[in-house]
Amino acid sequence: MVERRSILKPDGTIVPGSKPRMDEEFLLEALRLMMLSRAYDERVIGLQRQGRFGVYSPGLGQEASIVGSAMSLDPSRDWIVPQYRELMAVVRQGYPLELITATYMGKTTPDTRIPEGVNVLPTQVALAAQLPQATGLAWGLKLQGKDAVVMAYIGEGGSSEGDFHEALNLAGVQRAPIVFFMQNNQWAISTPRRMQSAVPSFSLRAAGYGFPGVEVDGNDVLAVYDVAVEAVERARAGEGPSLIEAVTYRMGFHNTTDNPSRYLDPAEFEEAKQRDPIQRVIKYLTAIGLWDDERQKTADQEVAAEIERVVEAAQAQRGVRPEMLFDHVYERPPERVERQRAEFLKSVNGH
Amino acid sequence: MPQRNIVEAINNALVEEMERDPRVMLLGLDVGKLGGVFRTTTGLIERFGDRRVVDTPLAEASILGASLGLALSGMVPVAEIQFLGFTAQGFHQIGPQLAKYRHRSRGRFPCQVTIRAPFGGGIRSPEFHSDAVEAQFVQSPGLKIVMPSNAYDAKGMLLEAIRDPDPVLFCEPDRLYRLGRMEVPDGDYRVPFGKASVVREGDDITLVAWSAASELCQRAADTLAADGIEASVVDLRTLVPLDVETLVKAVAKTGRAVVVHEAPLSAGFGAEVVATLMEEAFYDLDAPVARVASYDIPFPAASMEHWYLPSLERVVAAARRTVSL
Repeated sequence: MVERRSILKPDGTIVPGSKPRMDEEFLLEALRLMMLSRAYDERVIGLQRQGRFGVYSPGLGQEASIVGSAMSLDPSRDWIVPQYRELMAVVRQGYPLELITATYMGKTTPDTRIPEGVNVLPTQVALAAQLPQATGLAWGLKLQGKDAVVMAYIGEGGSSEGDFHEALNLAGVQRAPIVFFMQNNQWAISTPRRMQSAVPSFSLRAAGYGFPGVEVDGNDVLAVYDVAVEAVERARAGEGPSLIEAVTYRMGFHNTTDNPSRYLDPAEFEEAKQRDPIQRVIKYLTAIGLWDDERQKTADQEVAAEIERVVEAAQAQRGVRPEMLFDHVYERPPERVERQRAEFLKSVNGH
Repeated sequence: MPQRNIVEAINNALVEEMERDPRVMLLGLDVGKLGGVFRTTTGLIERFGDRRVVDTPLAEASILGASLGLALSGMVPVAEIQFLGFTAQGFHQIGPQLAKYRHRSRGRFPCQVTIRAPFGGGIRSPEFHSDAVEAQFVQSPGLKIVMPSNAYDAKGMLLEAIRDPDPVLFCEPDRLYRLGRMEVPDGDYRVPFGKASVVREGDDITLVAWSAASELCQRAADTLAADGIEASVVDLRTLVPLDVETLVKAVAKTGRAVVVHEAPLSAGFGAEVVATLMEEAFYDLDAPVARVASYDIPFPAASMEHWYLPSLERVVAAARRTVSL
C-alpha cells in the first residue's frame, strides 16, 4: 500500500512526530479561505435555486485540498491551471471573487474576465484538456528562464482521459516545472472511484512518467500544504513535475443539476462527514489556544459580510449587450463574420 | 531570384522567421534530426538547437495542447502534425480549445499558434495519411484555415500565419511538395489571408479550387484551351477567411463555374462555395455550378486512389458539360 501523508488527524490532533511547514498565521488564513469557501457555496446554491446564478460545482468537503494546494504558490510568479472546482484556489491566486460571481450571474463581459497580471487560466469543463496546455505553459516558462511553477488541477475522473496521459508524459520528458494536483473526491458525477481505475492509488501513475507521485489526506490542510510545497520546490529547483493525489470526499453534489440521492450511499456520506476538513482545523486551533467561540463568531460575521459585499459588487457589474456577442473571436475578424455581426445587430435592434 | 519548391520555401520561411523572432519554436514528430518526414525542417535543429526544434512524444493532443500553453507563456509555437488525418487524435485541442481560447477567456488569452500539416492524395501513402479533412475545421470559429498551392504562396502565407495573433491551420499539399520550382524571394514578404488569387483569366468558365486541386485546375484549363474553352482559375488560398468578393466577381464574369476539391463531395467546402454563389451570384449564372470532388467513401488503398481523387478527365468533362448548358 502507498503511504497516505497526514499531519492533522480528523480529531484535531497532530500525528506524533510530524512538523507542519505551515505556520499558525498561514493556518488562520487557510481557515478563513476554507470558511469563505463553504459559506459561499451555501449562499450561491441558494441564489442558483432562485434562478440568479448559473450551474455551479461546490467545493464542499474539498476545502483543505483546494486551499492547501494553492497556498503553496507565489501568485506573483506562479500559475494556476484550474479544472472547475477550485474556486478558492483561483481567488487566493488573485482573481477577485466578485468578478467570478458576476460571471456566474451571467455578466460574462470583458470587465469580469481574469484580470491582466493574474496568473490563472480559464476553468475547463472538457476534462483533462487543460493538462497538455498546462504542460506547455510550464515548459514555455522554463524555456524563457522564468522562475515560475504551474499548478494544474484534475480530478480522479478526469485522469481517465487520454489528455491526462499525454500531458504527464510530455511534462516528464521536458522536466517541466509543474505540479499535477489531483483531487480524488471519489465521484465523477455518479461514477464511483472504483469504476474509474483499477490502480490502488492514482499517485502510482507518476512512476509511468518518470517523476514522483505522492498520496495525501486531502482533508488535512497541513499535509496538503506540505506535499504541495515539496512539489513546488522540486519544480522550482529544475527537478521537474510531480503528481499529488489528494484523497478527499465530495460532500456536495457534482453541480447544481445533480441529484446524489439517486446513487449515494448515506452511510458512506455520514462516515465522510466525520473527516470534515474545516472542523479538524478548528479543533486543533482551539486546543492550542488560537480559537474560541468568540473568534468563531467574529469569523462567521466577517465571512458573511465579505460574501454580501461580493454579491452586491457582482450585481453592480454591467450585464451583457448584443454588441458583445461577436467579441473576442479573432483579433481581425474575417469580413464574412463582420457582415454577420452587422446583420445580427440590425435584427436585434429591430430594423 | 532563387528558385524553390514548396519544401524549400517552407524551410526558408521557418529559418528566416526563427532568425527574426527568438520566440518562434518548432515541435512535432521527427522535426529534429530527421528534418520531418517530408524534410521541410531539414537543418533547423542544427541551426537553432534542440530547445527551439523539439521532437515530441508520439501524441497529437499533447503537441497541440502544449502549443497552446507555450503560446500563453510567451513563445510562438509552430506545431507540425505529421499528416492532417492524424489531427483526429488531437482534434479537441484544435477546434474546441485553440480556436476558442481567445473567446473562452473573453480576450485575455489569444493563442498565436501555427499548426502545419501535410495532406492529400496522389503520393501512394498508407491509410489516414491522405485524408482531406479541411472542411471539418471550418466549423471551428476562431481558427484560420490556409491552403497554399505553390511555393511562393507557401512562404508568404507561412510567414503571415506565424505572425497572426490567432491560431492558424496551415495545410500543405504533399503531392506538390517537389513538383517544380518557382521564384521565391529571400527575405520577408507576406501573402495576406482572405485574398483569393485569380491564377488564370478566361471568359467561358471559372474553375474554383484550393491547394493541390488548384494545380489540377490549371492543367484542366490548359486542356480546355486546346478545345477553345477559356477557363479562369480561382485559387481560394484560404477557406477562413473566405474571399467572397474575388470568388463572386470571377464567377459572375463567366456565368459558369466548377468547384474542385479532394475532400469527399458531401459537405465538403465546395458546398459552402456553391451556397455562397447562390446567395451572391445567382442572377449572373448561366448554368448550375458543378462540383468535382472525391466520392463519399473512405480514402481507398493507394492502388485505387487515382480512381477516387478528382482527375483531369473529370474536371475537364464537368467544365465541358457546364459550358454546353
